[in-house]
Amino acid sequence: MTAPAGQRHACPSCGASIVFLWAQAVQTTCEFCKSVLVRTGLDLEKVGQQADFPATASPVQIGMMGRWGQRTFTVVGRLTYEWARGRWNEWYLRLGDGNGAWLSDAQLEYALTTEVAPGKPLPDPMSLSVGDTVATDRYRFVVTNITLAEYVGTEGELPFATGGRALSTFVDLITQNGIFATLDGSETPPLLFMGDYVSWDDMAPQGAREFEGW
Amino acid sequence: MKPVTAFSCPNCGASITMQAQGWSVTVACGTCGSVLDALHPTLRVLQRHAERLTFTPKIPLGTRGTINGRQYVVIGCQRVTITVEGVDYSWTEYVCFNPYHGFVYLSEYQGHWNVIEKLRTRPEEHGGTAVLHDGRTFRHFQSANARTTFALGEFPWELRVGDEVRARDFVSPPYLLSAEGTALETTWSMGRYTPPAEIARMFGIKALDTRATGVFANQPNPHLSSARRVRRVWGWLTVAWAAMLVAALLLTAKQEVLVERGEFARANGEANAVVLGPFELTGRSSNVRVNVRSDVSNDWVWFGLALIDDETGQARDFSAQTSYYYGRDSDGNWSEGSQKDDVTVAEVPSGRYLLRVAPEGDPIGARVVNYEVRVVRDVPSMLLFGLAFGALLLPMAFAWWPTIGFESRRWNESDHEGVVLSFPPEEART
Repeated sequence: MTAPAGQRHACPSCGASIVFLWAQAVQTTCEFCKSVLVRTGLDLEKVGQQADFPATASPVQIGMMGRWGQRTFTVVGRLTYEWARGRWNEWYLRLGDGNGAWLSDAQLEYALTTEVAPGKPLPDPMSLSVGDTVATDRYRFVVTNITLAEYVGTEGELPFATGGRALSTFVDLITQNGIFATLDGSETPPLLFMGDYVSWDDMAPQGAREFEGW
Repeated sequence: MKPVTAFSCPNCGASITMQAQGWSVTVACGTCGSVLDALHPTLRVLQRHAERLTFTPKIPLGTRGTINGRQYVVIGCQRVTITVEGVDYSWTEYVCFNPYHGFVYLSEYQGHWNVIEKLRTRPEEHGGTAVLHDGRTFRHFQSANARTTFALGEFPWELRVGDEVRARDFVSPPYLLSAEGTALETTWSMGRYTPPAEIARMFGIKALDTRATGVFANQPNPHLSSARRVRRVWGWLTVAWAAMLVAALLLTAKQEVLVERGEFARANGEANAVVLGPFELTGRSSNVRVNVRSDVSNDWVWFGLALIDDETGQARDFSAQTSYYYGRDSDGNWSEGSQKDDVTVAEVPSGRYLLRVAPEGDPIGARVVNYEVRVVRDVPSMLLFGLAFGALLLPMAFAWWPTIGFESRRWNESDHEGVVLSFPPEEART
């Protein structure tokens, strides 16, 4: 059983107070000394140090609340990926029903996704090319885009420990009817995420970042 | 947080402000035109460009405007050029940014503007000539290699002056679907034709030139709605015309009052004239049709006819002619003329009448010609209906001629010869 949400810890590195917003979070980053901390049982263990975290221009920030259809969410963590032509964030969301989800903000196009079981083995993302077909038990996708990216920083709470992850392949998929999915090659076997493209207003965000003059 | 960040150009030292730092991938210096890596902390030079800038965008960078009810700032501008049959055509593309809603683009070609958004779904392609998107069919307009010939400001993609992409345009006015890219990656976007006056209002630019030259690919046809209105009225009038035609066919009496046969033996001369009848014409004052038929072959017979009021002796003179020739030449069989003719006499009051028939012909053949004369009271006048139909077609021609002319000027600029008459679906009227 995981520790209850809101439980207080002390940073094993600097002693600052660490509060988990989400009960199932595995990893967090100390706001003060930027130590990357992983929960092991009831203790926190420092597994690394977050170097200069790249500034983001995203209007999303930790603590922001919003809506995904009928469900509500709170942003609790962030992973930043870098690829040849820029960066984007994958924001980790805690949904009102207790499950987790991701909000990606690449090019300020917002996609909300959750991990789904493919129902059958998926191909190795490295072996795919644009135009290939990828079938799950329910959908037949076509590969539209392949991105090679590495994560360059984390912030807040995440459902896994980020240590040891290097360059990963991300494969964008779409069905004939416009249902989209992403194949995440950062783990083996790859993970399948499905969801919706949404507009900023669709999410009815509260507590978003503010930009002077906007 | 302050969204605008200031840098200096590593090539010329001029100051560069970035409005979309974090999202911009490339920035082109406004002073020296060098293309810089916007992701690099001190803006590494990607492409040195020492030429002085000569192009002045119609919307200056930094201008704020309202697009779809949201505020955007113009952060980048590029000139894109295509070469068709040796001639260069250039248009301008603007990058507009909002820190919450992302990127929207504008394009401008000779005063024709489009507001463009990237598509998240892929349109369905139908063999390169049409694509289907959102229930609309878009016709292929033009494919060309589009190259960047000038750049200024920020771009959320990796840009170099001289870069070339394959661009395919499909139109369904006022929309324009564009596919850009390589075989590996195609980006679809959709533009909406926006009149220059609206752009001027959106961006608060009073001095914006609102004249547009020529017809643009997805410019709505300004004549189409009135032409469609005319067609709608024409449709109803044609239904009314057809109803009247049916009524005329059903309600006219078409009463046969006389059928007589005769012989024309030419040698007799004037003696061939006969007076037929008398016969009664009844009912309201209406027309009388006289049908004449003869067995002429390679011959002609002219009939002098007179309808004579039996009481007053007043005659109405008219004539009919049967003339029929046939033969065979190098082109095969031919024939000319007819063995039949008919004449309609209008407004004949009721009463007792006689018909005088005086056939005349070439005496040479001397063959006896048999003929038949039929008199029918009250027949529908097809001539009037024909004239009415022509009169109905006239406004249709006047309404559709400019409509088709506009389409012809549109498609003259495309890859396709001739007019592609494919009008957008009529918007639902409320």
